[in-house]
Amino acid sequence: MSSAGTQIRQTLVERICAPVGRVFLSFLANLGAIAIFTGRALIHCVTPPFYWRLVVRQMVDIGYYSLPVVGMTAIFTGMVLALQSYSGFARFSAEGAVATVVVLSMTRELGPVLAGLMVAGRIGASMAAEIGTMRVTEQIDALTTLSTNPYKYLVAPRLIAGLTMMPLLVVVADIIGVFGGFLIGVNKLNFNPANYLTRTFEFLETKDVVSGLVKAACFGFVISLMGCYHGYNSRGGAQGVGTATINAVVSALILILIFNYLITELFFSK
Amino acid sequence: MIEPKHIKIRVRNLHKAFGQKVVLNGLDLDVARGESVVVIGGSGTGKSVLLKCILGLIRPDSGSIQVDGKEITELSGTERDQLMLKFGMLFQGSALFDSLKVWENVAFGLMQARGMEREKAHEIAITKLAQVGLAPEVGELSPAELSGGMQKRVALARAIAAEPEIIFFDEPTTGLDPIMGDVINDLIVKCVHDLGATTLSITHDLASARKIAHRIAMLHGGKIIWSGPVESIDRSGNDYVDQFIHGRAEGPIKMQVSR
Repeated sequence: MSSAGTQIRQTLVERICAPVGRVFLSFLANLGAIAIFTGRALIHCVTPPFYWRLVVRQMVDIGYYSLPVVGMTAIFTGMVLALQSYSGFARFSAEGAVATVVVLSMTRELGPVLAGLMVAGRIGASMAAEIGTMRVTEQIDALTTLSTNPYKYLVAPRLIAGLTMMPLLVVVADIIGVFGGFLIGVNKLNFNPANYLTRTFEFLETKDVVSGLVKAACFGFVISLMGCYHGYNSRGGAQGVGTATINAVVSALILILIFNYLITELFFSK
Repeated sequence: MIEPKHIKIRVRNLHKAFGQKVVLNGLDLDVARGESVVVIGGSGTGKSVLLKCILGLIRPDSGSIQVDGKEITELSGTERDQLMLKFGMLFQGSALFDSLKVWENVAFGLMQARGMEREKAHEIAITKLAQVGLAPEVGELSPAELSGGMQKRVALARAIAAEPEIIFFDEPTTGLDPIMGDVINDLIVKCVHDLGATTLSITHDLASARKIAHRIAMLHGGKIIWSGPVESIDRSGNDYVDQFIHGRAEGPIKMQVSR
């Protein structure tokens, strides 16, 4: 009886622990695979030959063609920020802080994070789908047989473009967002334009903008990395490419939020 | 038996398993310089895996692969890229780069790996397209605008563009109608003859195998179970080969139909 009891207890423990262990092990394996992928990709970013033509094409794709969507996001965010902070701060007669709140929120947080989320949806998905399709149609194998390293040809240009273009996009997003707040402040909340602008720059520090741009560079890298990693490792036809795209976007979004916290902590915790 | 000094590719005791599934189980194969070997075998017997192991796209579990007497299983990075300069490969699905024009596809290996100038590479690409019977205008199209047969021809032009010493053909006629298949076969025979290249092909299309092979090898159960000159395939005396070339469901080879 006791031996049978032990056996049942053992299988129960196994049944609960085995899946947990399996998930944990596959998580670690993935982490290791991403680390190796990143390391290889970085080496190929800094060793010749460089494919400048491809880098420029990716830069245009990430930087230029993302402008409309990032601009729209930024202007409405700036506008809503002005409205919300005005009605909120009016409760304790601090309406004057609207301009400062808008500019600090945009440069420190909302500019990089919202631009990052939009670009992750746009670029992360397209990278994963494109590289994933190249994988399942053997185009990546074809690159290798033509003596061209896929890391160098496909991954490195995307990482470089993501890393350099996101900060530029965020500069634009910051400016447009502040402008959105200005529009609402002046036209709807009856601020004096000159006063609003003075208040905008009065408490703004270099660190606010710089921290936002560091975030942007980091997000850009993460978006490209996740797009490339999941696309590169996609398996099994159209469905595999679909899964790769989902994984690329979701993991990029989550990593953006995690890194956002970590970088904020690094810059602003006392 | 081939004399060692004439051997271009030597594969010995090659093993590869994916998880529990053993695909290559001690495979031995020699390809002589200038010889055309066709490996036949059923679907899923590991023909593609064999090619990919030699190309370094898949790492074998154990065994030895030598090209020109040099062990290549451990090569990676620049050394592997250098080695690949000797190779050309025609992929089953053509695997043309759809972001590039047709001529850029053909000239890809010349421009990227050998650093040739665009104009010169363009010229060569047009010549190679002509060799596979395509007009210069085709070079300006994108691969998606071509039919399957034309894509295959472009892929063939890309494989031979850099005049490699060794060319691999992965199911060159699959997915084509019999006539276009034969056109491709003729082109392969002609191009290989012109280049004097060593070729290794895999196919389950026997008409194609008879046309392009000097020697046929049959892959079954992860091993080469028979190999001989193409003329002798009809009297191989091997039940497996007989079953395969006559396409019979009954015989020593058991297809896994139900689970």
